[in-house]
Amino acid sequence: MNDVIYSVNGPVVTVRGTRSFSMMEMVYVGDAGLIGEVISVTNEKTTIQVYEDTTGVRVGEPVKGSGAPLSATLGPGIMQNIFDGIERPLADIAAQSGAFIATGVRASSLPVDKKWDVTVLVKVGDYVHGGDFIASCPETSIITHRSMVPPNLSGSVVWTAENGQYTVTDPICRIRLDDGREETLYLAQKWPIRMPRPVRGRHSIDRPLITGQRVIDTLFPIAKGGAAAVPGGFGTGKTMTQHQLAKWCDADIIVYVGCGERGNEMTQVLDEFSELEDPKSGKPMTERTVLIANTSNMPVAAREASIYTGITLAEYYRDMGYDVAMMADSTSRWAEALREISGRLEEMPAEEGFPAYLPSRLAAFYERAGCVDTLAGGEGSISVIGAVSPQGSDFSEPVTQNTKRFVRCFLALDKSLAYARHYPAINWTISYSEYYEDLDPYYEKNIGPDFCRLRGRMLGLLSEENKLMEIVKLIGSDVLPDSQKVTLEIARVIRVGFLQQNAFHKNDTYVPLEKQMWMMDAIMHLYDRAAALCEAGVPVSAMSAAGLFDRLIKVKYEIPNDRVQMFGDVEKELDRVCDELLAKQKAAAPQKE
Amino acid sequence: MAMEYLGLDEINGPLVALDGVEGAGYEEMVRLRTADGERLGRVIALEGSRAVVQVFSGTSGLSLDGVSTRFSGKPMELALAPEIVGRIFNGAGEPIDGLGSVYPEKFADVNGSAINPVSRAYPRNYIRTGISSIDTLITLIRGQKLPIFSGSGMSHNRLAAQIVRQARISEEEGANFGIVFCAMGVTKDVADYFRRSFEESGALNRVTMFVNLSSDPIIERILTPRCALTAAEYLAFEQNMHILVIMTDMTSYAEALRELSSSKGEIPGRKGYPGYLYSDFASLYERAGVIKGRGGSVTQIPILTMPNDDITHPIPDLTGYITEGQIVLDRYLDQQGIYPPISVLPSLSRLMKDGIGEGFTRADHADVANQLFASYAKVSDARGLASVIGEEELSASDKLYLSFGDRFEREFLGQGADTDRTIDQSLDLGWHLLSILPREELERLDEKLLDEHYGKH
Repeated sequence: MNDVIYSVNGPVVTVRGTRSFSMMEMVYVGDAGLIGEVISVTNEKTTIQVYEDTTGVRVGEPVKGSGAPLSATLGPGIMQNIFDGIERPLADIAAQSGAFIATGVRASSLPVDKKWDVTVLVKVGDYVHGGDFIASCPETSIITHRSMVPPNLSGSVVWTAENGQYTVTDPICRIRLDDGREETLYLAQKWPIRMPRPVRGRHSIDRPLITGQRVIDTLFPIAKGGAAAVPGGFGTGKTMTQHQLAKWCDADIIVYVGCGERGNEMTQVLDEFSELEDPKSGKPMTERTVLIANTSNMPVAAREASIYTGITLAEYYRDMGYDVAMMADSTSRWAEALREISGRLEEMPAEEGFPAYLPSRLAAFYERAGCVDTLAGGEGSISVIGAVSPQGSDFSEPVTQNTKRFVRCFLALDKSLAYARHYPAINWTISYSEYYEDLDPYYEKNIGPDFCRLRGRMLGLLSEENKLMEIVKLIGSDVLPDSQKVTLEIARVIRVGFLQQNAFHKNDTYVPLEKQMWMMDAIMHLYDRAAALCEAGVPVSAMSAAGLFDRLIKVKYEIPNDRVQMFGDVEKELDRVCDELLAKQKAAAPQKE
Repeated sequence: MAMEYLGLDEINGPLVALDGVEGAGYEEMVRLRTADGERLGRVIALEGSRAVVQVFSGTSGLSLDGVSTRFSGKPMELALAPEIVGRIFNGAGEPIDGLGSVYPEKFADVNGSAINPVSRAYPRNYIRTGISSIDTLITLIRGQKLPIFSGSGMSHNRLAAQIVRQARISEEEGANFGIVFCAMGVTKDVADYFRRSFEESGALNRVTMFVNLSSDPIIERILTPRCALTAAEYLAFEQNMHILVIMTDMTSYAEALRELSSSKGEIPGRKGYPGYLYSDFASLYERAGVIKGRGGSVTQIPILTMPNDDITHPIPDLTGYITEGQIVLDRYLDQQGIYPPISVLPSLSRLMKDGIGEGFTRADHADVANQLFASYAKVSDARGLASVIGEEELSASDKLYLSFGDRFEREFLGQGADTDRTIDQSLDLGWHLLSILPREELERLDEKLLDEHYGKH
């Protein structure tokens, strides 16, 4: 009852000699009622991490328990919203405290006044299980929200509301549990953020998350339900890559977590997404997006929580049967928040000051991704794409290394590519995707039987170029035989014409798989022709002069996404130039002899 | 809180501890009275009735008995009024220019609070520095934080002074432009250099200076940027001024933080810096920005000297992760006598893409910048090759790149400390240099632009 603060050290507060708190319970700290969470309980003292700035908090101020773990409120109104790390809507905070965030602001996560156009999906007498849909409402013009029975409840319906207009606090139905108690269900429910929401089972991964980014879709695909990491030093374009994925990937729902990143970047996401149209529905991108913004100068404990809040929201929409993609930018900031709090708790540090439980926390987070059979009997998936910001751009640091163990797709961003303004700066020699096997059948069936073969040839050429470049660096390219020069030229076409993608060009920012396939086909076709020309004695310099290679590099800007048949014309044009070169060579050759 | 505590229970480095304290708040301001005056301090940890206080001006001369301590009940606050423009303060925000104290219009907590991301306006307009390499390739945007990564002995101070001298925003807003200068742990000479150069350029009456010299106490150094940014926020968001904050040297600041952290007995992170260095930096850098519905803006140019020129050192590394780009100075260029010695390839302005082009600078700006980056990147390949096989053996196109590279460095980068170029002059010079290269090498420019500009400047 009379629990008071004993000590304050940054975001860590302790209470002495109390037994009234339970682990992970949410508490209100001090006269201002700052939100905190119990992180350790001993006979002697209870330790609390506080999600707000503790400036001004005094010893002796009260600490009140809430009786429940830190939970996310899940219901209609999440989409289009922007929350802080513990699911408080930032717009409401701004309305209460102005442009600068004050402490102790209480704001309900979901709009309480907004009435939703609810269709009730159950009737009296139905027996419902956890996860079953009880009502649906259009949350935005493209997302239908399905309210569910909380996963841990089941019983028979004894009363339902009529279809109509309801807020998140109006009762929708009442069920009688097996033990005879009655429980009222609402549009919204609560779920502890640190606990994965239950599912019926996991099933295997077989569909790619189509991103429209050539280097990802073609070379290093991410699966729906998969986990990918995007590590890179500063200035290599991590955030840009995350933004591109959030804009263009073919998930139904995007959960974007800005975890310890820049304030201006979040503003940019807000601005850009409201202007952009979802390619599938033509509606503003924000209608399928929820943002969680805990910028680097917002309290560090809330940064730690933001990742869990994000994945809990993602799981909620997955349970409705949606494909959800979650971007976490950046997981390193989250790990640093763990380290900071661990330091304040005076725990024994492991590598580089990070706590010893860093790998298990990372694993627990990435394992919440997956393709599942939901409790309601449908299918849903969560794909997680986590940015990693390695200290000193050194990929051997603990966060990158541990992340690598738990993700199957590794998109390494490279400083030297970024310096040369090659974007996306994904390094093709150290990146990898383990999803080839799972996804190849999909590509072969839906895109083209040649897709995987072409990709293999392209990767082969790139690695050959890599080898040749070592020689070129030593002695220059002039001394190479023409056949190897062709390889270099084609590799350049692949790098500049295929891997480089301009996020600001309307034809290039998003490229459908079919066009990617056509581009690969055209490049490999040119390679075959150029190799044949080379054999016939046509010098590479003549091919370059005829513009064979540069022609294909510029193609990506010229052919709109909806007119891929134009590639046929391009190939014909290239064939014609090749034929001319060959004819010229033949005409010249006999004279030499 | 009128209660006064007599005596201290522990003195350790810059920290003192008092037992039997009641009702002290975390981060509250504390006044310690001694026989020869008053010192300021701040509560940094509370445990039961024990309060740990860091003393801003150091603990030398303090004794356990000769001190009486009063808790103010408030966090550290700075007195603010429009008249602070043109004044000089010490690191704790007290005037040191002999003009008396500020008659405060209001007080503000120097720790500030985070700008709500939904209240931010995305920065879109640029600040012209008159320096070709910055304006063209690493454009500074209002509301941005763009650090200069330098090394000891390089000309970062000269560059900062030149930026202050030449920085302009568009004409109609020119009157509302101000500078907040924050010196942390700089030598007396450097502080004088800045004061003199502001004076000579007539900028002094729009500069607010916060000066903590290298001989001043380190605790005060931790407060200096907070005072400076509080002043900047006040001028920007309440007086509607466009404020450029120059902070030098962040390395001294971080070292002060490390010193304090180790005297508190905290677990060190990388290279002995505290684990919260990132969050601490962020609490400073993130105070740059533009707020919806308010007139002004806070733009930051923090300067840091990379220890041993190492960009992966925690200070530049963590800074780079928070700031929106960086301007990197290069020792090789510096030794070549090129000023400003900006190494353009690792330099970057993240916000530039939305603040340039038609309506801001010039329609061809983005493309020219891209092409200059791409072409200059090839120069280093050609130079690498030349160092192995000799310049004579290079192909004709590689030779052109070499001469492009040399002229780019001498003419475009090395404009000198007294040249103030308009954006048109800089872009035209860019075109002039690009025209050294064969037209088909310019992959990033489309035909229309090439027709219009190639070989025409």
